[in-house]
Amino acid sequence: MVLSKTASESDVSVHSTFASRYVRTSLPRFKMPEESIPKDAAYQIINDELMLDGNPRLNLASFVTTWMEPECDKLIMASINKNYVDMDEYPVTTELQNRCVNMIAHLFNAPLEENEAAVGVGTVGSSEAIMLAGLAFKRKWQNKRKQEGKPYDKPNIVTGANVQVCWEKFARYFEVELKEVKLSEGYYVMDPAKAVELVDENTICVAAILGSTLNGEFEDVKRLNDLLVEKNKETGWDTPIHVDAASGGFIAPFIYPELEWDFRLPLVKSINVSGHKYGLVYAGIGWAIWRSKEDLPEELIFHINYLGADQPTFTLNFSKGSSQVIAQYYQLIRLGYEGYKNVMENCRDNMIVLKEGLEKMGRFNIVSKDDGVPLVAFTLKDPHNFDEFQISDLLRRFGWIVPAYSMPPDAQHITVLRVVIREDFSRTLAERLVADIEKVLHELDSLTAKIKMLSGTSSVTVHEVVKDNGQVVVAKKSALETQREITAIWKKFVLDRKKLNDKMNGVC
Amino acid sequence: MVISSTVSHPDEQNESIACTFASRYVREQVPKFKMPENSIPKDAAYRIINDELMLDGKPRLNLASFVTTWMEPECDKLIMDSLNKNYVDMDEYPVTTELQNRCVNIIAHLFNAPIGSEETAVGVGTVGSSEAIMLAGLAFKRKWQTKRKAEGKPYDKPNIVTGANVQVCWEQFARYFEVELKEVKLTEDYYVMDPLKAVEMVDENTICVAAILGSTLTGEFEDVKLLNELLTKKNKETGWDTPIHVDAASGGFVAPFLYPDLLWDFRLPLVKSINVSGHKYGLVYPGIGWVVWRHKADLPDDLVFHINYLGSDQPTFTLNFSKGSSQIIAQYYQFIRLGFEGYKNVMENCLANTRTLKEGIEKTGRFKIVSKDIGVPLVAFSLKDSSKHTVFEIADHLRKYGWIVPAYTMPADAKHIAVLRVVIREDFSCSLAERLVSDIEKVVNLLDTLPSSINSKDAHVAVIASETSEEVKKDITETQAEILRYWKKLVDGKRVGAC
Repeated sequence: MVLSKTASESDVSVHSTFASRYVRTSLPRFKMPEESIPKDAAYQIINDELMLDGNPRLNLASFVTTWMEPECDKLIMASINKNYVDMDEYPVTTELQNRCVNMIAHLFNAPLEENEAAVGVGTVGSSEAIMLAGLAFKRKWQNKRKQEGKPYDKPNIVTGANVQVCWEKFARYFEVELKEVKLSEGYYVMDPAKAVELVDENTICVAAILGSTLNGEFEDVKRLNDLLVEKNKETGWDTPIHVDAASGGFIAPFIYPELEWDFRLPLVKSINVSGHKYGLVYAGIGWAIWRSKEDLPEELIFHINYLGADQPTFTLNFSKGSSQVIAQYYQLIRLGYEGYKNVMENCRDNMIVLKEGLEKMGRFNIVSKDDGVPLVAFTLKDPHNFDEFQISDLLRRFGWIVPAYSMPPDAQHITVLRVVIREDFSRTLAERLVADIEKVLHELDSLTAKIKMLSGTSSVTVHEVVKDNGQVVVAKKSALETQREITAIWKKFVLDRKKLNDKMNGVC
Repeated sequence: MVISSTVSHPDEQNESIACTFASRYVREQVPKFKMPENSIPKDAAYRIINDELMLDGKPRLNLASFVTTWMEPECDKLIMDSLNKNYVDMDEYPVTTELQNRCVNIIAHLFNAPIGSEETAVGVGTVGSSEAIMLAGLAFKRKWQTKRKAEGKPYDKPNIVTGANVQVCWEQFARYFEVELKEVKLTEDYYVMDPLKAVEMVDENTICVAAILGSTLTGEFEDVKLLNELLTKKNKETGWDTPIHVDAASGGFVAPFLYPDLLWDFRLPLVKSINVSGHKYGLVYPGIGWVVWRHKADLPDDLVFHINYLGSDQPTFTLNFSKGSSQIIAQYYQFIRLGFEGYKNVMENCLANTRTLKEGIEKTGRFKIVSKDIGVPLVAFSLKDSSKHTVFEIADHLRKYGWIVPAYTMPADAKHIAVLRVVIREDFSCSLAERLVSDIEKVVNLLDTLPSSINSKDAHVAVIASETSEEVKKDITETQAEILRYWKKLVDGKRVGAC
């Protein structure tokens, strides 16, 4: 145990933290401090700084779970010191992971026999899961090409331009070309017909998204499957499908059970889902499931032996905490099918409440569909005077974090605001958000009116730029030119923000 | 919120007040393959899972692992509070992001990175050393490819030179990122990578040489300084400019405090990146590692993704995206709570307890100590005489007392050596060390009374060995090797992966 030296100040242990010297010295930022400090001081100092972080539950940008039951918190804390990878030492925890894999595989209708074990693994998130799935496809394709005596140095993957950033990472790190199907205005997901056109002999797989990050839409995996089956028949290339069900995987089975998107479609060989999104677990858990043993090349698997039985593992991370795996199992048995269904139905209902509240204001176009991940993506009908970024900024004052994004190519001129409805976003919160958005619109309207008024009556020579802190500048030119200038200034401001946000389509 | 419906079982009206162990939930089979149809009360779910988990090993008695198993309650509080923060939302949690950056800088300075006083360090927090190593390896691979392309030479056969004692994640890196692994074989009594042999293996396709500070098997520090000198010479001759990566997963938080004069880090010019596990001697719960690069130039820009927050550029280079923030905050807590003196005290305690354990084991007279005094605080020991019983049996019997002490065979070319290994962590006090020694003595005495449990099918090795040593057909080494091969078959393919 550490013995903190209190030699320097005899009764420092008696002082209340805020009476001690620790809160008036600068906190180390670049170098390790020489001396220890009491644990209460360390706790207080860090806790206080963290107060300035956003409130996770009001972070409406994220799909990732921000609330769990206290009983589960207890289980989490109790297992926080268990290194998941020590399968020998923690066989029960390992078995819980296996149970989760099997449950999820069955949820996705994997074609398993009665006592056959499913093929899958728990990961730290969908990023790791996608990389593993991509690796499996790459290796399978390489092996096939080697056998056929054909070149295997230029693998590619076909996806929509709406993919989450981890697909780009996979492509860059594992040296696979990313062939993106461009979006168009009004059509913000991957078009199956265009995707299949892009498929060539070097395509290792086509990736479809169930629950697009930008507007929550489910891509038409069935149609993709049908078109790809046809093309495969013609070409003999046998191109498979991967479904990135990071968000949708724990939604579709409960409220859209008839929707065919999973292993019921023969070309779907692997699926990833985030346990920490609608799997209702805190950040740090994802799942990758393969259709069958054949879809996961044996040479990628490392075999670890525990309790005399073979435990195959295929992950990028090694040591990691066990808490989230246990929490996922808790949720699966605590809620069961009926519980998850109830949660998703609640989310959907609250989403409708929010959507209708926004529509009623008459200022927004709803870009998200009703069917899909429960979120509301909306744009301003008239972005002439102010745009979505300003609304997002002003909402922060009320405590809400509502992000504004521009769409990827070729719809970069469209900007949306997006609110994700999570389990813990109740109806009261939805109604409050609607009220606050109304307040924000009102404030922006009056700012705009102020500009117009000032520019009409002004005859001064100062140039000012209207900023969102309310300072209005008066222009020296005529009213029309003034408005043009002001609009140009707004536009520049917005475009600068858009450039900043351009690369940030990664929040999930 | 979830409303559990109790309508489905109208015959049990008092369900919500029944004590869990009086309810029906503990007499039904727990779901294992398919999601259950109905919800169950949260107390029942908690109780069922908690009870099953009682049969897991006790983390603090798991002497196989380097990974931290105890932290102060104040830190536990910070961890609980940040469980629901998704680390990657940098926009929303700017303070948490800044804490990570502070940790990176603190660690870079600890490793003597040549940073100017106003310069920020280049590094990132990861989920563990595995991710850190993959990122470092990727950076080397990309740099080398770029260089070869510029020279107009082939770049399709990269390789990496390491010792055969590397942790399994290097093999993973090699396999997943299509890099050849050239391993320097070990020999009896030399269980780390020999710098001379390593440098011999370097060729034009070598993207880097990886040295380990704190070998998993024996805790030894490899001689990075010698490697640096030899490689500098070779680079001068060949012009290949081969760099070094130091896998300081365990040693990175030991060497600076116990052996500050040991040259192994960025003080050596060829060392371009270092990884360290925050969750080993960084004294944080599992789930945090760090990788630091010497200089911006050592991290190719096309691997870095730029995310913008608060108007400023936040470059990121990780394999994982969404993950919890708890461990990062916990790492920062440890840095400011302990400071240099605190970490030094912890490591000195570990060293003292290692000595206690080592001396206790030596005193039994039955074991040979394989680990060195300088290195990661652990004791690796083999049986002087494994003809009748093996270390695997000792490991088995120790479990009865609650201890988890692993037994491993060395990798090639020392596969006939098997050791027991006890890792001394922060929370392994002197009293526990003394208790372990006495329990080991008990086990050894017990085994003395038991017949050799080696299968008679393995003919040469049977009962003969202990009494009539002259009649043994093979010499003791071969016998021991055979016994161990037999045991190895039982524990077939057990990876030395636990870290």
